[in-house]
Amino acid sequence: MSEKVLMKGNEAIAEAAIRAGCRHYFGYPITPQTELAAYMAKRMPKIGGVFLQAESEVAAINMVYGVAGTGLRVMTSSSSPGVSLKQEGISYIAGADLPALIVNVQRGGPGLGGIQPSQSDYFQATKGGGHGDYHLIVLAPSSVQEMADMTVLAFDLADKYRMPAMLLADGTMGQMMEPVVLPEPSTSTVEKPWAITGTKMQREHNCINSLYLQSGDLERTNFERFEKYKVIEENEALYEEFMMDDAEYCVVAFGIAARVSKNAVVAAREKGLKVGMIRPITLWPFPKKPLAAAADKVKGFVSVELSMGQMIEDVKLATECKKPVVLCNRAGGMIPSPEEVLASIEKMAGGNN
Amino acid sequence: MTTQLLIAGFGGQGVLFAGKFIAYKGLLEGRQLSWLPSYGPEMRGGTANCSVILSDDPVGSPIVANPDVLMAMNLPSLDKYENDVVSGGVIIVDSTLIERKVERDDVKVCYIPATKLAQQADMPKLANMIMVGKFIKETNAVSYEGITEALKKVIPARKAEMLDINLKAIEIGYNAE
Repeated sequence: MSEKVLMKGNEAIAEAAIRAGCRHYFGYPITPQTELAAYMAKRMPKIGGVFLQAESEVAAINMVYGVAGTGLRVMTSSSSPGVSLKQEGISYIAGADLPALIVNVQRGGPGLGGIQPSQSDYFQATKGGGHGDYHLIVLAPSSVQEMADMTVLAFDLADKYRMPAMLLADGTMGQMMEPVVLPEPSTSTVEKPWAITGTKMQREHNCINSLYLQSGDLERTNFERFEKYKVIEENEALYEEFMMDDAEYCVVAFGIAARVSKNAVVAAREKGLKVGMIRPITLWPFPKKPLAAAADKVKGFVSVELSMGQMIEDVKLATECKKPVVLCNRAGGMIPSPEEVLASIEKMAGGNN
Repeated sequence: MTTQLLIAGFGGQGVLFAGKFIAYKGLLEGRQLSWLPSYGPEMRGGTANCSVILSDDPVGSPIVANPDVLMAMNLPSLDKYENDVVSGGVIIVDSTLIERKVERDDVKVCYIPATKLAQQADMPKLANMIMVGKFIKETNAVSYEGITEALKKVIPARKAEMLDINLKAIEIGYNAE
């Protein structure tokens, strides 16, 4: 096993991407993901890769689109306002069925917002984001180790399903340092017969495109894509259960909110409250099954979010509103404290017992 | 055992570096840990805080709201965080920059004129590491042994000449009254 090193989450993503075989990075600077781009600027030229600071986010995502068409591993990273600018290109990449990695180290919004952490791009990340019917595979790391591991996983899943993947982190995850064991260099060899690599006059032309002027053709691509999404929803949902075995109340949280909530769950247990947590690791596909199963066991759910309540809608859908779901949230760059989460749990428990 | 440390001062005092050193020292001792900076949008100046958690168990929230140990590097930091320290906790004060006394009587308080000691030792930028030395002495949260190895992790090879002076600074803090 490799040595444990201390790294910021942003740096761990960058190094893991390089180890996953990514040699093309296009971006435009924004806090709080700056260390990621800075790391790429330093490393890529030394390993024969490309780091390019584009003139704008719109240009950067279209450069990603271009390289993705050649079948090479490619990524961009930004933070909330910058990711909004990239939505048009992300929709094109999804429409052309290309693998690529988009990293969003979220900050508070809307608008230019602030530079402190947030999870308020949940809707944008999980429901499409740009125009048209599509999804991204969305991974939500909650430690620096996961920032590294999920970068590799995101590239692998994107290649496997030929679609863009997003790492949805936040300012805290990006800026914090933790010990991390970096992944071994990737040996992934996914055949990409669709890639634009030059025919050498030996094969038919490949065509990368998202324009279909015949409605019937366009409809067919949509249906086919959603067949693929069904397979992904069936097979790729990831989550972590914490103290759920005998839980009467279930906290649902991802990313930094799950870190805070874990403290609250432990504190609640010390007070004799039977509380557990389900932490979605993939936000799309959303881990519906464990939540549906929990809905038959527990008395209620607390959705802990750094937003005005976005994931809570998916919690309600997954549990078919069989049990009450309450929101414990802060917004605008604020993070709920373990005490605030505990208070929400106690309030729900008090109201139900 | 878990130690939640908050180092607070202004930009340029080496708040984040001091935290990084303690984090690496913990890593080399096989501890679980997190290091989280908090600062404004300014490149220089402004407030700078750093939360470090050292634990035998996986670290939950990396945010330190109620520190076991507060290292106050300037007056605004002491004013802001004095009341957040847990009862029975430790407050280490740079008494060169903070003239007032800590008002609480349920915490252990260590006054050390770190900035003055740094100037006297001709290392004006290393008050932070003098504070670190005091932190090690008073809390034993990390061991004094092996500080060289930890320093080598946080001082890049191109600045290797800074190693000895940082060691000296920690030593001054560790041995200060």
